[in-house]
Amino acid sequence: MLLEIKNLSVQASGKTILKDINLSMEKEQVLILFGPNGSGKSTLIKTIMGFSGYEISQGEIFVNGEKINDLPIEERVKLGLGIMYQHPPAIRGVKLASLASFLCKNENVINELSSKLSLENHLKRDVNLSFSGGEMKRSELFQLILQGSDFLLLDEPESGVDIENISIMGKALNSYLEQKGKSALIITHTGYILDYIKAKSGCVMMDGRFWCVGEPKEMFESIKKSGYQTCKECQCPQKK
Amino acid sequence: MSPEKIEGHFNQQDKDKISSSGMDFSEKTRSASFLQEDAKVLLARALQDSVEIIGTQSALKNPRFKEYFGKAFKALDREYPAETEGGYCIRVKKGKTVQLPIQACLFLKAQGFKQKVHNLVIIEEGAKVYLITGCSASKAAHEGFHLGVSEFFIQRGGYLNFTMIHSWSEDVSVKPMSIAMVEDEGTFVSNYICLKPVREVVMYPTAVLKGKNSRASFNSLILSHPGSFQDIGSRVILKGDGSQAEIVSRAVSLGGKVMARGHLKAQSPNVKGHLECRGLVLSEKGTIYAVPELETELRDVDLSHEAAIGKINKEEIEYLCSRGLSASQAQAVIVRGFMDVDILALPELLKKEIKELEDKILGGAF
Repeated sequence: MLLEIKNLSVQASGKTILKDINLSMEKEQVLILFGPNGSGKSTLIKTIMGFSGYEISQGEIFVNGEKINDLPIEERVKLGLGIMYQHPPAIRGVKLASLASFLCKNENVINELSSKLSLENHLKRDVNLSFSGGEMKRSELFQLILQGSDFLLLDEPESGVDIENISIMGKALNSYLEQKGKSALIITHTGYILDYIKAKSGCVMMDGRFWCVGEPKEMFESIKKSGYQTCKECQCPQKK
Repeated sequence: MSPEKIEGHFNQQDKDKISSSGMDFSEKTRSASFLQEDAKVLLARALQDSVEIIGTQSALKNPRFKEYFGKAFKALDREYPAETEGGYCIRVKKGKTVQLPIQACLFLKAQGFKQKVHNLVIIEEGAKVYLITGCSASKAAHEGFHLGVSEFFIQRGGYLNFTMIHSWSEDVSVKPMSIAMVEDEGTFVSNYICLKPVREVVMYPTAVLKGKNSRASFNSLILSHPGSFQDIGSRVILKGDGSQAEIVSRAVSLGGKVMARGHLKAQSPNVKGHLECRGLVLSEKGTIYAVPELETELRDVDLSHEAAIGKINKEEIEYLCSRGLSASQAQAVIVRGFMDVDILALPELLKKEIKELEDKILGGAF
């Protein structure tokens, strides 16, 4: 099992955000996470990554069978975790190129990927400083692919990205995920990313709990049609 | 002294210390050199005709230089110490662009020595030059003191890029006093780098933008070690129509006390100035006190400032950790990025030298 979450409750700023959730993911699985704003999706991803401010009040998280509750972030990275930020911070004076060469020693790979993601000119710039929304997302995906993570945590990879670039990013992400041993947990609101990647499973999170699971495209169509309220009323057979 | 003699004059430790303040003993990458130890001028030599470089003692006998002594201070109605001994005088001739930097180094050697110098730099009409000056002390120079009076005259259309590297030691106190007078279309760029421990530095260099469309920019990188007190400011008086100024400073406290001052004063309409001051406090014992000042009595001016001080943003550390860096590596990378050599306006050669200096003191990024 790639990821196993058992009876996990998480607090942030004194408020319980995730309430006794359970989740399992297999290797090479791509799981899409839907849910209204504030339902706890980002909290889940940040808790898995080990960011501060997210306190586990109960439960356990396992990655490849190893309990990671108390592991520092960089140790989780060693287990193959990699995250794509929704709003990454700017790092003044640190060039994207320096970060890229830290993540990947092969200069050809860096050059090829930066050209594919139209980031050649960004390599000389400070990481995320004055990047537009779309540039940040491309730069995040760029770093993540160079990092070579096996298990990607993607927080709204397509938000703020124009149509043309969604296609470029979607294709790059898809070809990465088609490699052996790659898995991803992806949060999406717009669903655009579903046009590019082959995801077989989706689930809805509401009010800090998982609601139902299903085929992601079908789920997204239904959410688009009738919103999350119907989701809430639906007595889905797979409801966990 | 001949260059060979100079090499032999210093022990390895002193040579390293002097090199760490930007001196290239080989002179291969320099257009002129000046080196003074305590009160004694060891070297004053121009490798190009465009540059004249002599010790202040000789310059005082030369009418071309003599009239400039104290001129900038008098113009601002300011006192300056007259009892100085030595210093460098540089003249870059009209219309000449000097590609390689001029280097000057003021070195403290004898224990308890009080070095008091008066420097003069004249950039004639349309001339352009880079000047790198290093101030440094031998390990032996306990309780040393350095007072540097400097006057810069940038004539019409002239350009002076002045880089000062302070490489002192724990028990040395220094007090540089400097004024730059900039005429029409002239530019004065000042880069200040202080990465080594020092007991006390107090300085508030001033640029007076007298001329139409004149420019000044002050950029500083300050690392403050435990026990250090650095009261460092930059002031620009904007007098000329269309003159512009920028002050950028970055201070990191490892436990020392930093006063980061800046003052932009508009004395003419249609002038523009911006002041940016950023500070990082890495130790509980460190303090940074940022004092940005903007002043005008006129309406039609554009002066602004931004200041931000505090500890390292945790989110930035975690961001880099999520890319596989340990927390301490992430901190080092962030501090190194913060002390960004790119905020200095430097030619590639000097930028590379200062990056290498940062590599030695702060550790390499990644």
